[in-house]
Amino acid sequence: MAGHVSIRDVSRRFGAFTALDAVSLDIPAGELVALLGPSGSGKTTLLRIIAGLDFPDTGQVLINGEDNVARHPRERGVGFVFQHYALFRHMTVAGNVAFGLQVRPRGLRPSKAEIKARVAALLDLVQLGWLADRYPSELSGGQRQRVALARALAIEPRLLLLDEPFGALDTKVRKELGQWLRNLHHDQAITSLLVTHDQEEALELADRIVLMSQGRVEQIGTPAELYTKPASPFVLEFLGEANRIAGVVGEGGLVRVAGTGDAVAQSIDPGHALAAAGQAVTLYVRPHDLLLEARADGAAVVRSVKVAGAFAKIEVVLADQVLTALTPLHRLPSLHLQEGSRARLVVAQGMSFPTQGAGGSLQFAAPRSFAMA
Amino acid sequence: MAKRPAVGLRRQGGVANVIMIVVALVFMVLFLLLPLVTVFAQAFASGLSGYIASITDPNTLSAIWLTLIVAAVALVVNVVFGLAGSWALARFRFPGRLAILTVLDLPFSVSPVVAGLMLVLLYGRQGWLGPWLEAHNLKIIFALPGMIIATIFVTLPFVARELIPLMEEQGADEEEAAILLGASGWQMFWRITIPKLRWGLLYGVLLSNARAMGEFGAVSVVSGNILGLTDTMSLDVKALYDGYNIVGSFAVASLLASLALVTLVAKTVLERQFLTRSTKEEVSA
Repeated sequence: MAGHVSIRDVSRRFGAFTALDAVSLDIPAGELVALLGPSGSGKTTLLRIIAGLDFPDTGQVLINGEDNVARHPRERGVGFVFQHYALFRHMTVAGNVAFGLQVRPRGLRPSKAEIKARVAALLDLVQLGWLADRYPSELSGGQRQRVALARALAIEPRLLLLDEPFGALDTKVRKELGQWLRNLHHDQAITSLLVTHDQEEALELADRIVLMSQGRVEQIGTPAELYTKPASPFVLEFLGEANRIAGVVGEGGLVRVAGTGDAVAQSIDPGHALAAAGQAVTLYVRPHDLLLEARADGAAVVRSVKVAGAFAKIEVVLADQVLTALTPLHRLPSLHLQEGSRARLVVAQGMSFPTQGAGGSLQFAAPRSFAMA
Repeated sequence: MAKRPAVGLRRQGGVANVIMIVVALVFMVLFLLLPLVTVFAQAFASGLSGYIASITDPNTLSAIWLTLIVAAVALVVNVVFGLAGSWALARFRFPGRLAILTVLDLPFSVSPVVAGLMLVLLYGRQGWLGPWLEAHNLKIIFALPGMIIATIFVTLPFVARELIPLMEEQGADEEEAAILLGASGWQMFWRITIPKLRWGLLYGVLLSNARAMGEFGAVSVVSGNILGLTDTMSLDVKALYDGYNIVGSFAVASLLASLALVTLVAKTVLERQFLTRSTKEEVSA
């Protein structure tokens, strides 16, 4: 039975440090939600509060409409997966998975045969049946985390909480295990909350992302929403690299780079207040949205060209700002760019945010007439 | 602590090496081995029958019995206090924690005789609690309770000192996992915490036990050395020796020495267990 979790105005302070500041969010039943944020943003504290391993100073943690703050963690029906596995080191893999069933009060405890069958089924689920009699110290990191997951699932939790579950694993195993978790969630549909500081992991795995910063929720949305419509510069920059280009809005919402005459982008939200001529804006542009065109009269100077896997990373200097552009490697030769060559910038798409909270953010794209401009 | 061959020294000046080895060996034999041999040689100076007669002397039997009682009570107290104390000190941060950690080392730094004197000054007839104790007909100094208290005082830090670093290193994740899986406090304690700590706990108990049985200074001050009544083995050795009963004295001493040897062997075995276990867990962590 999947649980619907509702966090209401939860705050938590540790001395002078505010770990959580009136956080509210909903986790619909059956969803896989990622709590994403830099370290110190309060995401692990929130997870521990939901589990009952920590307590909020104020606020409520509702599971299926019922406040759980006063409930003992053992009664919350929560499965928890720790970053460092927290497997019982003196028990075998099977012993670890069986633990949650063996400690049940006599009336609720399944029989030995039932426990054995259930453990076998869970180990099959995590594809580790052949390791049932091993000790955790004999397992690899990825195997241990799968045992930890089987152990958490054994008690049929209403809610699965995962605290940086792949944080201690190397990249390849992390990706595999992440995908595997995604599939498992697809089959089991247990409400799951995954804490991570890895934006890629969150974007790939989660149905919904809760991005946190300094104890507050910055934005909640699907991965696509967060990536394409970030609510703040913080969200935009956390979900991937971005260039900041200082510009001035000109006639017709055309943005020119401050200090040069180059027009790089045009507002695609016509009539917006920010588009007023003469206004300074900061354009946020992702490296792969920054296009370069070799031109002798271009205002940008190429500082370096580096090949990084499938992409080439080109650094340019424009009016004292260093900007980074990414281009697929196969297109690099046709760009005719080397160190020292001059280029013009074109913004395929970008955003700016209001400085004084007035109005919403603006979307920009290359001016339609740019090729001629 | 893996054994590494001292690569740099191996092929250097042969003479210097031989001299150093000889010096080390002479010191070992002179100051460690010979005294130990002497103890056993003297103990059996009048043959096996003399040895047995010395050991089965009623006063000596009573001393052995008393030593066992004192050590057993101290052991129980040390385990209970050691577990509870280390739990509190390793798992929680509270004001005064550092002060407690410092005071915990007091028995290591205070001379046992001073420790004994402190107890006399506190519980003795002229002591702070003396009149109250006397009014309630409780006898602590020059009696078994005083000896137990003195022994507990000198052995108190051993278990906690062993467990605190171990608990800090292991963290509380496994306990938290157990609770979240539905375990009660007792189930968590017996099925997770104790097995996790068993080698460290056993090691601490062993050390404090060796100290408890061998303690002389503190117990000597509070016991009053009443032969056959408040005499532990260590005190008995001195009493017999002072009474020119050399064989008797060394016979008891040989028992203590055997105990020390057993302790050392057990300690080595435990350390090996402990090390291979923790390195195994570390390497694969």
